[in-house]
Amino acid sequence: MQKDLPQYWRSLEELAQTAEFRAFVEDEFPNRTPDWNDAGSRRRFLTLMGASIALAGASACTVQPKEMIVPYVRQPEDYVPGKPLFYATSASWGGIATGLLVESHLGRPTKIEGNPQHPASLGATDATMQASVLTLYDPDRSQTVTQNGNISEWGVFVTALTAARDSAGARRGAGFRLLTGTVTSPTLAAQIQEFLTAFPGAKWHQYEPCGRHSARAGATAAFGQPLNTIYRFDRAAVIVSLDADFLCSSMPGSLRYARDYSARRRAAAVNPNAHPPRLYVAEGTPSITGGMAEHRLRMRTSEVAAFAAALAQELKAPSNGSSAAVRAIAKDLRAHPGESIVIAGEHQPPGVHVLAHAINQMLGNAGKTVLYTDSVEANPVDELASLTELVNEMRSGAVESLLMFGGNPVYDAPADLNFLAELKKITFRAHLGVYSNETAAWCHWHIPEAHYLETWSDARAYDGTASIVQPLIAPIYSGKTPHDLINVLMNRADRSSHDTVRDYWQRQHPAADFNDFWQISLHDGVIAGTTFTEKMPPAAKLSTPVASAASGLEIVFRPDPSIGDGALSNNAWLQEMPKPQNKMTWDNAVWISPKSAEHYGVTTGDVIEIAFQGRKVNGPVWILPGHADESLTVHLGYGRTRAGKVANGIGFNAYALRVSSAVWQGSGAAFTRKSGGYPFATTQHTQTMEERDPFRAATFAEYHQNPGFANPPDKHVSPETTLFPQWQYNHHKWGMAIDLTACIGCHACTIACQSENNIPVVGKTEVAKGRHMNWLRVDRYYQGSLDDPETLYQPVPCMHCENALCELVCPVAATVHSAEGLNEMVYNRCVGTRYCSNNCPYKVRRFNFFLYADWNTQSLFGVRNPDVSVRSRGVMEKCSYCVQRINGAKIEAEKQDRPLADGEIVTACQQACPAEAIVFGDLNDPNSRVAKLKRERRNYGLLEELNTRPRTTYLARLRNPNPDLDKG
Amino acid sequence: MPTETRASGQLERVYGLMAEFDQPEPLLEAARRARAEGYRNMDAYTPMPVEGLADAIGFRTSWVERLVFLGGVAGGTGGFMLCWWITVIAYPHIVAGRPLNSWPAYVPITFESMVLIACITAVVGMLALNGLPQPYHPVFNVAQFARASRDRFFLCIESTDPKFDLEATRTFLEQLQPREVTEVEP
Amino acid sequence: MNPEDQESSAVATLDPGPDKVIGPGHDYGSVTDEIGGVVFMPFLKTPRQLFTGFACAFVLVNLLMVAVTWLFVRGVGIWGIVIPVAWGFAIVNFVWWIGIGHAGTLISAILLLLKQDWRTSINRFSEAMTLFAVACAGMFPILHLGRPWLAYWLLPYPNTMWLWPQPRSPLIWDVFAVSTYATVSFIFWFTGLIPDFATMRDKAGNSLAQKIFGTLAMGWRGSAKHWARYQKAYLLLAGLSTPLVVSVHSVVSFDFAVAILPGWHTTIFPPYFVAGAIYSGFAMVLTLAIPVRRWYHLEDLITMRHIECMAKVMLGTGLIVAYGYAMEAFMAWYSGGIYERYAFVNRMWAGGYWWTYWVLILCNIAIPQLLWSRRVRMSVPAVFMIALVVNVGMWLERFVIVVTSLTRDFVPSSWGMYYPTIWDWSTYLGTIGVFLSLMFLFVRGLPAISIFEMREVVHHEAEPVHAHGD
Repeated sequence: MQKDLPQYWRSLEELAQTAEFRAFVEDEFPNRTPDWNDAGSRRRFLTLMGASIALAGASACTVQPKEMIVPYVRQPEDYVPGKPLFYATSASWGGIATGLLVESHLGRPTKIEGNPQHPASLGATDATMQASVLTLYDPDRSQTVTQNGNISEWGVFVTALTAARDSAGARRGAGFRLLTGTVTSPTLAAQIQEFLTAFPGAKWHQYEPCGRHSARAGATAAFGQPLNTIYRFDRAAVIVSLDADFLCSSMPGSLRYARDYSARRRAAAVNPNAHPPRLYVAEGTPSITGGMAEHRLRMRTSEVAAFAAALAQELKAPSNGSSAAVRAIAKDLRAHPGESIVIAGEHQPPGVHVLAHAINQMLGNAGKTVLYTDSVEANPVDELASLTELVNEMRSGAVESLLMFGGNPVYDAPADLNFLAELKKITFRAHLGVYSNETAAWCHWHIPEAHYLETWSDARAYDGTASIVQPLIAPIYSGKTPHDLINVLMNRADRSSHDTVRDYWQRQHPAADFNDFWQISLHDGVIAGTTFTEKMPPAAKLSTPVASAASGLEIVFRPDPSIGDGALSNNAWLQEMPKPQNKMTWDNAVWISPKSAEHYGVTTGDVIEIAFQGRKVNGPVWILPGHADESLTVHLGYGRTRAGKVANGIGFNAYALRVSSAVWQGSGAAFTRKSGGYPFATTQHTQTMEERDPFRAATFAEYHQNPGFANPPDKHVSPETTLFPQWQYNHHKWGMAIDLTACIGCHACTIACQSENNIPVVGKTEVAKGRHMNWLRVDRYYQGSLDDPETLYQPVPCMHCENALCELVCPVAATVHSAEGLNEMVYNRCVGTRYCSNNCPYKVRRFNFFLYADWNTQSLFGVRNPDVSVRSRGVMEKCSYCVQRINGAKIEAEKQDRPLADGEIVTACQQACPAEAIVFGDLNDPNSRVAKLKRERRNYGLLEELNTRPRTTYLARLRNPNPDLDKG
Repeated sequence: MPTETRASGQLERVYGLMAEFDQPEPLLEAARRARAEGYRNMDAYTPMPVEGLADAIGFRTSWVERLVFLGGVAGGTGGFMLCWWITVIAYPHIVAGRPLNSWPAYVPITFESMVLIACITAVVGMLALNGLPQPYHPVFNVAQFARASRDRFFLCIESTDPKFDLEATRTFLEQLQPREVTEVEP
Repeated sequence: MNPEDQESSAVATLDPGPDKVIGPGHDYGSVTDEIGGVVFMPFLKTPRQLFTGFACAFVLVNLLMVAVTWLFVRGVGIWGIVIPVAWGFAIVNFVWWIGIGHAGTLISAILLLLKQDWRTSINRFSEAMTLFAVACAGMFPILHLGRPWLAYWLLPYPNTMWLWPQPRSPLIWDVFAVSTYATVSFIFWFTGLIPDFATMRDKAGNSLAQKIFGTLAMGWRGSAKHWARYQKAYLLLAGLSTPLVVSVHSVVSFDFAVAILPGWHTTIFPPYFVAGAIYSGFAMVLTLAIPVRRWYHLEDLITMRHIECMAKVMLGTGLIVAYGYAMEAFMAWYSGGIYERYAFVNRMWAGGYWWTYWVLILCNIAIPQLLWSRRVRMSVPAVFMIALVVNVGMWLERFVIVVTSLTRDFVPSSWGMYYPTIWDWSTYLGTIGVFLSLMFLFVRGLPAISIFEMREVVHHEAEPVHAHGD
């Protein structure tokens, strides 16, 4: 077992085999809870789930009746109250899996962490995954089977569904349709295939509102088959992104890509000979990746295609016709054959992907930095076409029964398809979903779907690696999985998802040692040997040259930076997460460039009516520096009507403008100003550094010449300046280093911190006032011209100053220093003078102006971290360096009578960070990673000149601009 | 102790004899004369402080200032020791990187406690030395005395005075041209 | 015992003009009757303005009740405070009230030591004002706490947890300074009242009043020995209060000067806060004395002399304050510190509250210069208006210091704005109501002018007038 994994990590199966446990199950369960053993297999399921539910006695959040709390008379081994257990599982967005470790307290999953053994994660997570645990406990989740809106029962539905299938079965399944999202789950695919063979007339459609249509189509066009592309940024010296947000987006593997990319940057900071990656980004809508670019080429999204074509042309035959930028980039690319990457954006038309493939082959990158494998999707189809076909059949009346596995087409299908109108023509409509959403409202049947933390399933990662989805808790609202539904269709209603999944893998791995194989797979969270083998594709066929950008105002559709396509919009953590680009919360806006805003006479906060292809939508304007001119960006996922209490009615619904001919962008949009003064809630009002230098940057070259650039003499405070002797911290001396060269500004740390530390959500009005509670904020500064500025991201947690100004002014000693140098906040002692916040030059302290923590919603109690107290009204709070983790690790080390190892204590933010920008450790250990980093010359402390002696310091940002077109 | 007089044959106890004046100056003069006459146990009552009156009746004291000084010293030391004891002994914590005994920060509290205790001793001491509150006092038995708090000035020679003799003293007081001379019921 | 032969001397209440501290024809009896008369005036004879004034003030008191109740129910979030501006009206008002509270002790103590005869007829009055202002001020530090019910945690008292306050914090200094100031001011005021209680006791018409005042007088009989000790104690109180007055507002200014925030972190604060306090204090004394003097026809006891002297003090302290502003600005430039400099740029024009700064300059520096002219000092309405303007100006000064400095400090990403809510305003107006109500009750129920000291004044006046022949 790997050293960096907790020793007490066990698979459920193993745990369930313990004698006490089996005894316990025999005693307690069968007769007492009739509603649970409706299906005989339930009992088997429970033996597996026991550790998390039964023993947990998690009566607050399971379907267990309250009076059935389990006495801890005989404590099963491995089960220590107060000590978390970790389980490997995996979560899929858009069907693509990322491996996770989930922390479970008393059987309640409380915290999501990345699985270090999983290739797509390597321990990292993004904000969406961090927040997904909140969805599990969301009181607005759908909780019962409903028929025509009335509460019904699973049994009744089973009968109804069977009837529907039989009536179709009479015609070999004709008129029976399945609609799923993108499916990579081998088990589910196999099940569906089995069903389709049994009922050849039935059809299976797939649709993802923000799926990978273009990439798929591009690959097919280039190679004749929908190959899957994997990028190796650790090997890439020059990267050209054609509107590809590969660092932070729904792009499969983006976590891994961010890790590889920043690792290479960090390495170059230490070693002058190492070649730092140089990133060119051509894009219209500012993205995280654009923010990291050495050279961001601002152009309308529709012009990227032309740019790609020009680049390809220049690479084929250098000519002075093409622009300076193109020539410089081509030169740079040619200088690095086999170690460059040209990557096309998920949202760019297939033509651009074809060009990217062609260029990569031209440069000999294919097989080196750009790898090809079979598609990770079980059945890659053109999803737009698939949905269109379905709708056409619905229109023609050919569809009799429709079974929807998740999804929300009524809300997010292209507007021109009139999905709803056609849906109503179907006689049997059933919807399986975590929420009873807009689509569910129009279905005869709605079945609550099990959250992935309640589900047995499997899925493939961006590189084909399969992992088992292992549940942490019994379905809180007895939700069902797609596997269950297919089982019903196949007359195996009593068959559990667990058995289905297990049997599938048994078929794949018939050897005698299957049990070990299964256990190892569950334990590691990856199934060995399932990673796809690399393929050498045929030369890319350059299809018809891409059309140059159409004139007229362009409209660009993008998944929202925080809530994505809208499936997670009822997640308050994500709603309150500031969108990296404009620090806005609780809303979506129409992004427009300063020039265009001036040209059209609109300003931030104006509500405009956008007209596109005969459809109209009202939305507020946000002027975003760095946005392309003559272009509007609208974000999907808002304007929900049946999302839940959190998301209903906020923002505007951009899907209403989206048509199948223009899924990602279209031209010919128009707008008129309706009113002004729309109240946005942002967490940062000043956009520039105001002649100060909280954020320090230089180029790699400059740094290696003048390593001291980040520490100008006027910032230096000699210890003699203070009258008092400094305190000595002899045992541990905790500190943190944040590498601005690595940080991409994705905000995963912010949500990880929120999840770990029970940070409350305050809502839009409070955020607008300036009362957001995030302990770890990410400051965003603009530098340079208003039209095309450089974007700088700086995470700011508590600095844990050794001369902490907050402590000096606290009248009741509610904030004091620990012997290890932590600036500790004693909530119980705080009377709330707020003087500490006034005197904190970093303004990292947050105050409970009201009773922000939710003390009423039962279901939300489950998500709280029991190691962190839930703050009450009138109390100050702030980053604690995850002191609960520090102490946990210290206790563990003490028990085993050994010194703490470096890296044993990982703060929540550090753990989530895909770029490994945050490093925490003991400054007294000269070999600790953090100590090493702080020895780097580019290490500087924020506002060090105030002699606060911050324990959190920053490593200045280093860039690698192309001297040929350096614009600073 | 009240003395006996054989004036009208029967025993009569008086607290003293009281002369009433219109203005402070005659009172002052009277007091001086009485003292010159050898009277010691006397007191003057005025609606406002009259300069030199205390001297005139031969009264000196410096207890108030002594008490106040002691109070000030006690308060100051107490204040500083409180801070020192809290931060060094009772509740030691690393605060803002300062040493446990960061004495400069204790100056304000030291000063304030000094002033507080000193002021309280000043007033409490003054009242105590004056024997106040005192619900009853014989001088109030004199009807006119109500104006001692308004516009009249009184000199009272007490019967405890060794030289006190009802008749002699009365005649002596008469010479000073008071508005009138009254016996003070004990 | 109330002698019948007391003839109340009728003296015309005319203002003797700018060089006399007391009207002509007063003797010991007449001042006693005129001042005491106010207290023993039949209820219905109370001046109408007093009734109306008290009614309005009492409405504001009720407003305060509502505001505070809601505050306790919901939390300080009902105010406009946010991060970064975590201190708002509550602290502004606290400093403003404390400042106003300074005039009283100053007049009683410092002017006593300086033997200023004109202090006599206003000291009692301004001491009372001090007490009530400090009472209003004292409310805010408690109300502004996130958990006001735990305010007592700021006191050093032994508890089972063995927790103690943190004496390095200026807020703890505040606790000591303000509570000391309140206590001493009260003692001072009460000591001054004892002989007058005796007068009231002997003057009282009904036995209830007699009992009440008799108890308060503690048997005071004006003995020469008592007077001797009394005067020593009174002088010592004055001597101790003088540094106390200076220290209290210095400590209040430490709340800001000790912090690192640009615009707060300034060494000039203590002297300049003290000057400001006296400035606003005298302004408030005038604001109150002028109407009361008129309503109760006390023009012969609170004369033009008093008004002019106070006007002069206002002018003087106003100039010290002006110097303070100038120095702040100069230092901001001279220090060369970017944060320091920006704090001022922000105050003067860059920030969202630039206008408050200029209104403050107008109120505290520009307009009071009118007092150079004797004609203005001689005109009661003019002085009254200027006093009001200074009150406003001094409030704005505290707003500029507290709020404007907080809006923009070191890290630009965390800059913000502060918008007072209706609850901020209600709490502020409410305390004004409390202050005025207490003042009105005081002038009605207690001798608003020190009687025995007025008798001294009568005594010192050239030739003592004999009320009735002999």
